[in-house]
Order: sequence, then C-alpha cells, then structure tokens
Amino acid sequence: MTAKRVGQFTVQFSQPPRIVGAFTLMGPREGQGPLGKYFDAIVDDYMWGEYQPEKAERKFLEHAARRALERAGVSENDVDYFIAGDLMNQIVSSTFSARSLGIPHIGVFAACATSTLGLSLAAMLVDGGFARRVLVATASHYQTAERQYRYPIELNIQRKPTNQWTATGGAAAVVAAEGEGPRISHVTVGRVMDWGVKDANHMGAAMAPAAMDTLLRHFQDTNTTPADFDLILTGDLAQHGSKLFRELVKREGHTLGGKHMDAGASLYSPEQQPGAGASGAVCSASVLLAYVLKEMAKGRYRRVLALATGCLHNALTTQQGDSCPGVCHALVLENG
Amino acid sequence: MDRDQTAIEGAKDYARLVAQWAPKPNVPLLISRAFLVGGSICFAGQFVFDYFRQRQPTEVEAIALTLATMISAGVLLTALGVYDHLGELGGMGAAVPITGFANSMAAAAIDFRREGMVLGMAAKMFVIAGPVIVYGIVAGILTGLVATLLRLAAG
Repeated sequence: MTAKRVGQFTVQFSQPPRIVGAFTLMGPREGQGPLGKYFDAIVDDYMWGEYQPEKAERKFLEHAARRALERAGVSENDVDYFIAGDLMNQIVSSTFSARSLGIPHIGVFAACATSTLGLSLAAMLVDGGFARRVLVATASHYQTAERQYRYPIELNIQRKPTNQWTATGGAAAVVAAEGEGPRISHVTVGRVMDWGVKDANHMGAAMAPAAMDTLLRHFQDTNTTPADFDLILTGDLAQHGSKLFRELVKREGHTLGGKHMDAGASLYSPEQQPGAGASGAVCSASVLLAYVLKEMAKGRYRRVLALATGCLHNALTTQQGDSCPGVCHALVLENG
Repeated sequence: MDRDQTAIEGAKDYARLVAQWAPKPNVPLLISRAFLVGGSICFAGQFVFDYFRQRQPTEVEAIALTLATMISAGVLLTALGVYDHLGELGGMGAAVPITGFANSMAAAAIDFRREGMVLGMAAKMFVIAGPVIVYGIVAGILTGLVATLLRLAAG
C-alpha cells in the first residue's frame, strides 16, 4: 500500500516521472537580471498591453502554460490535469487561465512554494497512474502583489533592506510518465512552520525555519547528505533569509557550502537594487524550470534538490498582529 | 522540558538571531537624504510662497496659492512616476511635506482607478491619507480645547 513512502514525510517514486517540457516567460526586469539568458522568452512590457496588472499576470500564466505544452509536443487534450497556483486572492490567475485552457483544474496555494508543490502533486498523480501527463503552472507580478499585500504602486515608500521584490512572469512545465527530460525521483511535502517572525518585510526570516525543517526531514527520510546533490536550490529566502537558513542547517550539523543557491538571491543583480532579492511564485519556478533544467541538460548538475519556500501570511493577518507562517516543499530532480 | 517548551525556547532564540543579523540601517545616511529631499521640497515651497507674496494682497492668499501649487506639483510628480522614487530616496523627507500627502492620495487614486470611478478610485482614494485626516482633525479639536481652557483659566 505505502510502498512509495520512505521515512515519515517523503515519497520515492517507483517509476520517476519526467519533466518533458517547460517554459518560462518573464518580465523586463527579470530579463535584465543575471539569469536573463536562461529564460525562454521576455515580455518587454510588464503590463503586457493591459490596463490592470491582474490581467497581465493571468496572461503570463496562460501563455507560459500554452508554450510549455508546445515544448512538450502535446495539446490540451493530451493532458489530464492542470495544476496551478498563484498569489492572488482565490488564485484567480490560475482559475481564469484554467477557464480558457479547458483542462481539468486542480488549484493549489502555497504562496511562493507553488512551483515544487505543483510539480510534486503532478509527479504523484503520474506515478500513481492517475494521469498520463499533468500541466503545472504558476505566475506572479510585481504590481499585483504590491497592490494586494502592500501599498499603491506610486506611493512614496522607502523599502527596508530585507524587503523582497515580487518577480514578474509565468512558468509552466509538463510532467509525464514517458518522454525526454529530468526525472522527479523524490518529493517531500513540508510542514507549516512558524517561529514567530512578525515582520512581513522580512519574509526570508519567516521561511528559513520551514526550509531547514523540510531539508532535514528529506535528508533523514532518504538517508542522504548534501554530498548526494550537485545543487541545493532554495527559494525565495533572498539574501538575509539564506544566511539564516544556512546557520540553522549548520546548527543541525550540515554544511551546504557552495552547493546552496537561492532563487530569490539570484534573480536580480545588486545594481537592480531590489532590497534583499526577489520573491513571488514565479521566482523559484523560473529559476528551477529555466536555469536548473538547462544546466542539467548541459550536464553541469546531475542531481538537484529543489526547496521552494512560501510565506503564508496575507494583508489581514499582518494587520491583526499575527506572525508569518512559512512552508517549504522539496523535490529531487535527476538526470537519466 | 516538554516539547512545546522546547519549541518556544527555539522560537525565542531564533527571534534573537533574526534581530541580531538584521541589516543595520545607515541612519546618518538616511537622515541626510531625508534632510536633503525634505529640505529641497520646502525650499521650493518657500520660493513659490515668495513669488505669490509679492503678487497677492495678503499673506492668506499667498499661503492658499502656495499650498495649491505644491499639491498640484505633488500630484503631477506622482502621475509622472517620479514621486515614489523621491520617497525611496528621502523617506519621511518626501512623505511629511504637503507634496507627500498629495502623493498618498494621488497614488491611491491612480491605483484603484482600475476598479472603477466610484467603488475604486473615489472610495479608496483615502486608504493612505484617511488616517492623516482623521487624526489631524482630532488633534485640531484637542489642541483647540486645551487652548480655550488655558485662555479661560488665564481669565
């Protein structure tokens, strides 16, 4: 019955599903960043001709999803489920995209950890025999997130050094049993962790304990160490959150060294001045589906542990004085 | 120590670590920038006031025209997408002058215009400026009350 479970939290697939097609479609700021050349397409106008940024975000998600299908060489009819999530209230960017895609839709919310949660669920559905192919997508947009979580765009606000800049773009992938591409071998769905960080301007600090917890549980369940991976990708802890994460992991006896990379700390250059780095559901999704997949295809990385992190507060909980819970979902990508 | 107690101690310890490692703001730099940005806005305001003072019969008219000019300038710079950068640079130096108040209303108006003229722009225009108005009026009433009481006490 539970042959596919290892340890307490981890799933090990018997026939690891593959990512057979992916597409990342990013905004201009992301395109100018250090990882710009890895993205599949850049839209120069972050509003994409729309008056409302929410409509632009939707466009990023839907176009990324359609182009991922093209990359996988399949049509909507060949896909059994469309798993998508985003940061908007009631995940409207996902559901509105699902409306026009016409694929049975599973909506997920894990804030900025949507990428690995979506891919994990897709892999479980495929390996479990419940689906041939699953389309996974997410998107985020600087302006929609600012409007929903913070202040009007043109307001005179001085950013804190720990603030993170929500990335604009959409990213999607097709997970299938058959085809070419890296395999998803393990999945560790994380617990929601809250170590009392109340500062919504320091999401990296709020999410670092969740990243540490999921990482350690994965190591424990699969009996692995950092030495078993070529890259450990977290996202989006950003600059300060990453430091806290490495310290917490060190206290538990693991040193990640040069193997650790954080999506939030990598998307923008220091000259682009986004405070501590990037965030947003598309941040870890795009770094994973563009940078990591392409470097895996070149053979630079063979085994990657991806740990996307999400900060699960909203504007109300912050105003009501609650702390920010964090979550982190992990998956292992393998070549071959 | 039971499990919950361990967790609480862990969280406290983490809060200390987060606070200790939080990037320290460069206070002298931030204050100087606030002074320069706020000072420049006030310098411009003084210049506008002097201009009107020479051309208006009384100081009251000159003040009214100065306020109207500075508010319009704040709204214009907001619409041109400049004022938020002034805020990023100058912090409270850009927020405190009346141009900052104009920015808080214009920014909200521009943002919520996309949800319509009535329930969007008109209703949500005061999202940021509302508290300033409410507490400004409350402070005015209290100050007036204290002033009146003092005058009565002085006979």
